[in-house]
Amino acid sequence: MSTLLVRRRRADTLFKWMCFGAAGLGVVLLVLFLGKIVVDGLPRLSLNFIKGDLSRRPSLTGIFPAVVGSAYIMVLTALIAVPVGVASAIYLEEFTTRKTPFTRFIQLNIANLSGIPSIVYGLLGLAVFVRWLALGQSVIAGALTMSLLILPMVIIVSQEALKSVPRSYREGSLALGSTRWQAIRYQVLPSAMPGILTGIILAVSRAIGETAPLIVVGAASFRPGLPKGLTDAYTVMPIQIFDWAMDSKKEFNEVAASAILVLMMILLMLNSIAIYLRNRAQKKA
Amino acid sequence: MASTVPSNPQGSPSPKAGGTPWARKRNLNSQTETGIRWFSFVCALISVITTFGIVWVLLSQSIPFFRTVSPMEFFGSTTWKPTPEPGQFGVIPLVVGTLMITIGAGVISLPLGLLSAIFLSEYASKKTRKILKPLLELLAGIPTVVYGYFGLFFVTPMLKKVFPMIQSANAASGAIVVGIMILPLVSSLCEDSLRAVPRALREGAYALGATKAEVTTKIVVPAALSGVMAAFILALSRALGETMAVTLAAGSNPRLTFNPADGIQTMTAYIVNTSKGDAAFGSVRYNSIFAVGVTLFAFTMIMNMIAQHLVKKFRQVYA
Repeated sequence: MSTLLVRRRRADTLFKWMCFGAAGLGVVLLVLFLGKIVVDGLPRLSLNFIKGDLSRRPSLTGIFPAVVGSAYIMVLTALIAVPVGVASAIYLEEFTTRKTPFTRFIQLNIANLSGIPSIVYGLLGLAVFVRWLALGQSVIAGALTMSLLILPMVIIVSQEALKSVPRSYREGSLALGSTRWQAIRYQVLPSAMPGILTGIILAVSRAIGETAPLIVVGAASFRPGLPKGLTDAYTVMPIQIFDWAMDSKKEFNEVAASAILVLMMILLMLNSIAIYLRNRAQKKA
Repeated sequence: MASTVPSNPQGSPSPKAGGTPWARKRNLNSQTETGIRWFSFVCALISVITTFGIVWVLLSQSIPFFRTVSPMEFFGSTTWKPTPEPGQFGVIPLVVGTLMITIGAGVISLPLGLLSAIFLSEYASKKTRKILKPLLELLAGIPTVVYGYFGLFFVTPMLKKVFPMIQSANAASGAIVVGIMILPLVSSLCEDSLRAVPRALREGAYALGATKAEVTTKIVVPAALSGVMAAFILALSRALGETMAVTLAAGSNPRLTFNPADGIQTMTAYIVNTSKGDAAFGSVRYNSIFAVGVTLFAFTMIMNMIAQHLVKKFRQVYA
């Protein structure tokens, strides 16, 4: 064999291992990551920690108000963003059969919106919801801000789900004399539902993990007790984690790791539901 | 047809138009139809309003700031010292801090992301892909504040072992965690564009006797180049706007430095720290977060537009 060929073969093997290493690195980092957090956070993790109220003392503090705050934000955000997002997707996919310059503009705009940093949405929420509409630093102001943040994502995934419904479903329904809305309501939406649900769960789990916009619209960093209504002050899990991680007391840093474990368990639960729905939809198709 | 006039089917004459149950039902249906159509149209408009809202809010809220601090000082001065009042507001240290994080994260994640995309699209068996992809997606789903924790309590202590003089919040660990954070994004976007390269191109090169590495680096990657570049730019724009991880890992020390071992402050971290602080409504410091927001917004918009342009070009080639 010529030396050139040997060298080319060697380069080939080397390149293959480099690619494998790069892909494997992601997995290694994931394991390191989870390992570090479990080691730091497990000692403080208990049912009392999940159920307990916030406290200035690291040995006593729980995270329950933040869990409730996150749940409030999650549910309200979904209630606002899902109808609006799905309706927008229906408008773009079902009601406008031809691509007009206007729909193209909306589409481009949605793509742009999804590229804007989340903290800029926080500034929008601060000026419009907190100040202009005078909602103050309330749960509803936070939820509205989060809804705008996840709206582009909800629209995009709903559009994908609607696109995957075969054309013949609509045509069959229309041929039987249904109106366009009846075709959407009874044929298209039911078969697009698993796809839409999966996307919504992923979008909502993004909202739970987001911190920056909520800090800007004024989620409190220390608020013991539970929020009672839409206009109450609140705190959420990521903000508690942020505060505890920044705290100068080492014990609080460990509490932050325990709170991360709680947050990750909730996210994992949501993601498992999303994956389950996706698999079930794929099996049906 | 969404006509509100109760017309007769097939044009057959009916003396009591709108009187029969059928016609009434049709009438109702067409009203629902029109109502739903308008509702969905208004919903689609909300996204447009959001965009204009963002631009309007950022501009109108930063006007009071630029009345007190001239744009010349804001964009030209190299001192950012918002307290005590009246502070000094030169945005350059924040921009440099942000760019250090962005470039550092890019140096880490772009080559690694492209290589792992090559592995997934060219080398990995179907089974390996099925295991690797969800794991990378999991990495992408971790909240950013968790990356910050990782930077502060894992990456920095590791760096400290090698470079003892490093500060406890430093640009290097911020760049590393943001790099890890955008790695799955680079990988999955690059993989999509590599997979879109037609098979015939690869087979042509194999027929000429090229090795797999040669086919990949000289044929597949160049053919997918505009898509790969778009992926890079989108990932960098994500790094630019990243907030919580850099606030935790890179610190809140707005000074002009190019040393990655020092603590810095990014534009996003400044907005977060000021929002958490006690800046009174209407004060120069309060208004300054909008001026910083405009600057950040402009940076990301330009990068997103470049990415979109590249994607468009890419689609014209293969599709």
